[in-house]
Amino acid sequence: MAEAEENIRFHEMFHIEGGNFTNAGAISSRVKKILKEAGFPGKIIRRTSIAAFEAEMNVICYANQGNLSLLIAPNFLKVVVKDEGIGIPDVKLAMREGYSTANEKIRELGFGAGMGLSNIKKNTDEMILTSTSGQGTHLEFIIYLDRQETQPPFE
Amino acid sequence: MTLKEVKEILSAEVISGDHDLEKEIKYAFAADLLSDVLALGRGSGVLTLLITGIVHPQVIYASNIFDLGAIVFVRGKRPTEATLQLAIENQIPLLATPYIMFETCGLLFQHGLRPSIAKVKNG
Repeated sequence: MAEAEENIRFHEMFHIEGGNFTNAGAISSRVKKILKEAGFPGKIIRRTSIAAFEAEMNVICYANQGNLSLLIAPNFLKVVVKDEGIGIPDVKLAMREGYSTANEKIRELGFGAGMGLSNIKKNTDEMILTSTSGQGTHLEFIIYLDRQETQPPFE
Repeated sequence: MTLKEVKEILSAEVISGDHDLEKEIKYAFAADLLSDVLALGRGSGVLTLLITGIVHPQVIYASNIFDLGAIVFVRGKRPTEATLQLAIENQIPLLATPYIMFETCGLLFQHGLRPSIAKVKNG
């Protein structure tokens, strides 16, 4: 991912507690608020917030703990989500729409349809997902601010 | 149609957002899976009504991402206290109807409300 750290003009990190469903969604809500207050276009805010929500849910559903960082650069937004937990044994399989290892509790909440990771990919311009089974997962995605012609598939 | 008309058509109770009943609603999306809301939500935002049976706070967080106009809970479901507080904070009106989801959708469609997305591309 093309990125010069010195270009980052805003950086905030949020802690995510695994298994704490009560406030699930609160962090992506804060991400949305920050982007809105910074005056980004609605579509950029929406794409970033959707991807952040999915990523936040993944940490809550599957990991012990993690953090989500929002980085703002002049021409892109980047979100980095690192967690400690069971990890993803087969990333390629996990990316497949409809594939899910969600338990009953997650499904009761209306999640776990196996669409989260592919939804992150659809809403972002670049996505990197790596995982070490039994240790944790590292997810990064970028949304370019100067490529607004990039459309999510259903818009 | 206005939210007030939605309320009347569905014999719904306004749980929060009484002052927002003049709000215009043109589209609707019905789902009991938030994964679907997140994957298929559209840009029509404030003009869109979410029809759902999900009553926990995540429904508000998901709706907030799309700046949805209002939420109707079907099958007589009531939001949890945390959901209600979050809806008030985020200024998202909440309605509750005794109708099941199918009937709710049918009544609103009959009165002119249209889907925010009619079908998926790769279904």
